[in-house]
Amino acid sequence: MPDGALLMPTGGVPIGAPLAASTAAPHVTVRGLTKRFGKTSIYERFDLDIPRGKLVSVFGPNGCGKSTLINIIAGLIPPDAGEILFDGKPLRAIKFGYVFQNYREALFPWLRSVNNIEYPLKLMKIPKVERRARVEKLVAHLGVKIDLNRYPYEMSGGQQQLISIMRALVVEPEILFLDEPFSALDYEMTLFMREQLQRLFIETGTTTVLVSHDLEEAVYLADRILLLSRGPAQIADYARFEAPRPRTDATLSDSAFVAMKAHCLEVFQREVRKG
Amino acid sequence: MKRALDPFLPVLGVIGLIALWYLAVWNQIVDPVLLPSPTDTFHAMYKGMAGGRLGHDFVMTVERTVVSTLIAAAIAIPLGIFLGASERLYRSLEFVIDFFRSTPASAMFPLFLVLFGVGNETKISVAAFGAALVILFNVAYGVMNARKTRLLAAKVMGASRLRVLTDVMLLESLPQTFVGLRNGVSLALVIVVVAEMFIGSTDGLGQRVFEAQQLFNMPDMYAAIFAAGALGYGLNLLFQLIERTFVHWSGK
Repeated sequence: MPDGALLMPTGGVPIGAPLAASTAAPHVTVRGLTKRFGKTSIYERFDLDIPRGKLVSVFGPNGCGKSTLINIIAGLIPPDAGEILFDGKPLRAIKFGYVFQNYREALFPWLRSVNNIEYPLKLMKIPKVERRARVEKLVAHLGVKIDLNRYPYEMSGGQQQLISIMRALVVEPEILFLDEPFSALDYEMTLFMREQLQRLFIETGTTTVLVSHDLEEAVYLADRILLLSRGPAQIADYARFEAPRPRTDATLSDSAFVAMKAHCLEVFQREVRKG
Repeated sequence: MKRALDPFLPVLGVIGLIALWYLAVWNQIVDPVLLPSPTDTFHAMYKGMAGGRLGHDFVMTVERTVVSTLIAAAIAIPLGIFLGASERLYRSLEFVIDFFRSTPASAMFPLFLVLFGVGNETKISVAAFGAALVILFNVAYGVMNARKTRLLAAKVMGASRLRVLTDVMLLESLPQTFVGLRNGVSLALVIVVVAEMFIGSTDGLGQRVFEAQQLFNMPDMYAAIFAAGALGYGLNLLFQLIERTFVHWSGK
């Protein structure tokens, strides 16, 4: 096991000497989360801490409730029981961004891309001049070179997902949720978007939770990899991957990366066999 | 080389039909009393439309069709949104709506005659009734079939229920609403023309066709039929144009 990977006991609270990053209080605390769909129990008294300013990848077997977890944390699905706090505050008191897998259905096709990005600011009753200024600031910050006056359906899949990500970022969220954001894109575009997301994360340092079904992507982008077991989901491992950023193609063949990926795969396979 | 002719393909059918028509007239395949020549027919149409009675009847039918469609839309669109926004409410009314949507509107004439008398109101209200049910059904389905992800996206960005309705559901239902409007206006035209034939009418295309037939004035009858056809085609085209302008994202 690589040095960076520290096994966490189920329950999510780190035990033993905390590393530098975890000295700060966790950004998000999930306590006693319970969720059932009919008779199937997805989460049963589930606890989790999400560290501040880190990128957490969520990975696990099909149907273990990866997406359900961030949907509950982001308030899209109500939990049956449990408490989720952001710096001790409830969800409605914070600003957050959410990026859907299906960008085609998440964007508004009747609005130009720039108006799509502005929409959450409009909901916050921010005047038009300031909305434009904030979009322009974001565009400059990210170095995006897309004609934002086009409609989403006139753009490629990657560009559309980039618009969705910008729409999530324009409110300057404290936390960003991404639900398999690249799985509807082709491989070339996926690689490109990974780099975009990494750059964005390095520049903003926003706490990010990424659900992924691609282990390479999950490890490559993450500071922490949350491996879930089958339902009711438990934390199978909450590994640390501390390779320096920006990570590049060289990272993919780095021994620490290869070892971490092998470790995660092993945990994953163990959980799949249990199912 | 062949492809250069492609834009003219739709015209071929028209030319073919007129050619067949001339052939039938010249060879007297059909009794000339029943089938006047295209020349006579188009002459009658031109004379009628340029200051003749046909033009007046055409305008009357357009007016009735448009007024009844507008009334239908004004009632059915808000009601459709209201019903569609609450799927359980729509499900509880679905049978009633489907039943009356399936009832031939022409079967309602006698009832509407009793209610509104023999005037213009009867024709317009029967047509509006028929069109309204078609529009209602489509609008409600448009609202109910709004993409769940899009509604969630608005909700997750902090939109209130009212904002989700006005900013997302309404626009999501627009393509389907236009399907309803196009079907509604076609149905309204059918009902108006039939009503003009039978319910003590003095004008309108239906009345024109019926009267010309009674007087055995075949060129006038064919002219009126073609005018009605052109009207139906034109209305459909008009709605398609409006749709392409306002619902530019439809089907994309």
